Amino acid sequence: MILSLLGRSALRPNRNNNIFLNTDLENQFKAFREKAADAMPGSDWTPFEKNRSLPPERADIVIVGGGVVGWSIAYWLKQKEMIRDGVRVLVVERDPTYSQASTVLSAGGIRQQFSLPENIHLSMISADFMRNINEHLSVLNEDPVDLQFNHSGYLFLASEKVAHIMEENYRTQRYAGAKVSLLSTTQLKEKCPWINTDGVVLASYGLENEGWFDPWMLLNAFRRKAISMGVYQCFGEVTGFRYTTNTMTTAEGDTVDFRRIKYANVQMPNSLEYQPVECAIVVNAAGAFSGKVAEMMGIGLGLKDTIAGIPLPVEPRKRFIYVVHCPNGPGLDTPFLVDYSGVYFRREGLGGNYIAGMSPEEEEEPETNNLEVDHQFFQKIWPHLAHRVPAFECLKVTSAWAGFYDYNTFDQNGIVGMHPLVNNMFFATGFSGHGLQHSPAVGRAMAELILDGGFKTLDLSAFSFKRIMTKEPMLERNIV
Amino acid sequence: MASRFPILCICLSPFSLSMFCVSVCQLMQRSCRQVTLLAAPSRYWSSIPVAPPSLQPRLLLFLSQRFHDIETILSWSSWFKNRGLRQKNFFYGYTQQNYGDNIAAAYYILSLKGGFRFAGQSEWFRSDRRGKFNWDFMNHRDTSIEEVDVSNTLINYTGLENLVKQRGLCTLSVSGCAEVDDWFLSRLHIFQDTLEELDISNCPRISVGGLAALQKLRGLRRLDVSSLPRLQNPGLVAILLEEMLPHCHVTAIGYDHSLIYSHTQTDG
Repeated sequence: MILSLLGRSALRPNRNNNIFLNTDLENQFKAFREKAADAMPGSDWTPFEKNRSLPPERADIVIVGGGVVGWSIAYWLKQKEMIRDGVRVLVVERDPTYSQASTVLSAGGIRQQFSLPENIHLSMISADFMRNINEHLSVLNEDPVDLQFNHSGYLFLASEKVAHIMEENYRTQRYAGAKVSLLSTTQLKEKCPWINTDGVVLASYGLENEGWFDPWMLLNAFRRKAISMGVYQCFGEVTGFRYTTNTMTTAEGDTVDFRRIKYANVQMPNSLEYQPVECAIVVNAAGAFSGKVAEMMGIGLGLKDTIAGIPLPVEPRKRFIYVVHCPNGPGLDTPFLVDYSGVYFRREGLGGNYIAGMSPEEEEEPETNNLEVDHQFFQKIWPHLAHRVPAFECLKVTSAWAGFYDYNTFDQNGIVGMHPLVNNMFFATGFSGHGLQHSPAVGRAMAELILDGGFKTLDLSAFSFKRIMTKEPMLERNIV
Repeated sequence: MASRFPILCICLSPFSLSMFCVSVCQLMQRSCRQVTLLAAPSRYWSSIPVAPPSLQPRLLLFLSQRFHDIETILSWSSWFKNRGLRQKNFFYGYTQQNYGDNIAAAYYILSLKGGFRFAGQSEWFRSDRRGKFNWDFMNHRDTSIEEVDVSNTLINYTGLENLVKQRGLCTLSVSGCAEVDDWFLSRLHIFQDTLEELDISNCPRISVGGLAALQKLRGLRRLDVSSLPRLQNPGLVAILLEEMLPHCHVTAIGYDHSLIYSHTQTDG
């Protein structure tokens, strides 16, 4: 019978395989070994009193951004590590109240009706994850996770102009394994008698794994499980990086700077105090503000025609959501309806409330320095709503809020992978409104990329930074 | 590695009680920092005040926060429980290949201790309490199943894979099944043309989100949603279901519709 004695590190093998360990001498040796381990570089012990809310001085992976994508990556990194405490993960979040985070301000929908197969697979994997969420994210002695998932499905309406696109998308979706059905106008009228089918030629309805859920519950489930597995959480802002530069010359004589991040400076809220966190890998999951984090590394600040001059094309775009109350509106079977004019709405609760929104045109984009709601914008949405659902002619706006999309101005799809010039910065951002529904799958893909060196279960190399350098957009045609 | 021996091996050894105490102290102890990290989150997540759990779960939680061994044993025990559920619901691919879809579905239902009735026949095939059943159903390879009663069994979403080929299903009863949840209901759209009677009473995991998925069952004539513990507004939900499925008769008994009086003072 071998009883082994472990100090703070689980990795050091024990050389004393004695059974009788209760002698004084043994205790003294043990205390001496622990002190020696503490004094070695790489341990957390410092002789000075330090502020408890500062992050640790060293971390293996620093995730900038504590939204659902950031916490999903943190959870999957801990899930995939081969040995206990194999990687030290630190999640840095600027705002403990999550007042501007896109995660909690989103409408919370998940759908498989995309035009790119990668997006469809991401949604299907995420739906599978959410179905078995308690197997993945349950913590001992805590309540089981309840996402309040409404399985009402998405209903897309197409006019004559875009009906052929919808048919092509339907074929792609069925090929990828999504359960979608096409409805003609008569079938649509039979299914949803409250719809006015003027101008609608074709409709596409998701039968399974589509609907909406509570994003705050998902975020907290990831966070709770990740913290229980040992992820460090810090509320602070990453204000800069310290990096080393390796300058190399190309065959034509141009110089290229390869940078490697050594320290991430995390500044405490409302204070000038900051902690340089020595790290091996930095993951940029800052959502709408990822562009600013990328600029801290000089991405985009180089000469115009070089790779260093290509900025990260992610910027915040403000989107409004209005809560309306309509007593005679469609009932429990209301799907998440997306009209071809860009207007969408879904049921909220059981009391005749609905939430509605619309993506504005490029020229009418609201300014993004605050989250104030423009109530005049609803006057543009209402005619389309009333035209599509006659019961919405008499509705009342009870409330509204605004949130940011982490909008990828290049092709409105996520950017997942490394940057060619910064050797240890990974991106998981730019999802332009569907980051929440793809977060479990993206988290797993990023963890595989970081820990295994490549994508294993789902190949997201189509979303790498390379397409931005070669200027080949992967356009998603079904953006809401 | 030798460092991963569980506490049980130590208990089973013929050492005296004092030696047991010594060995307990020398298990893989977790560093104090991790303990505070684990204890802190549990305070913030529950917004509903709950009664403190009884002694045994608290003791297990205390031990699992301090010793890796206990944590591993607890995760093994939950893995075993899941394994039992998975084994009940695995895909009867071999049976399907060799005997056809109908026999595979029939075998699956009988091994779950449920009952079914073939189309065109009037007697039910059931398995008794000990799991024994009559093998006569093997004679009907080409008849599809019309009525299925798997109440109080462990059927779940993955188990439904065995029944997807039964396109002539008219009646399904999953009353009292602990593993039937909203995702199971969302998958029932496979039977949307033929399903006429559905009984989902007493299922502890079903909530309004899953009931919204029943809109696809256009052929449904009788729906039983009695005694669903997770429904907060059963009367309203029953009315909304009747509106959603106009040709369907909805039964919703077993709920307490009395008004709850609160002790708040109102001014004026």
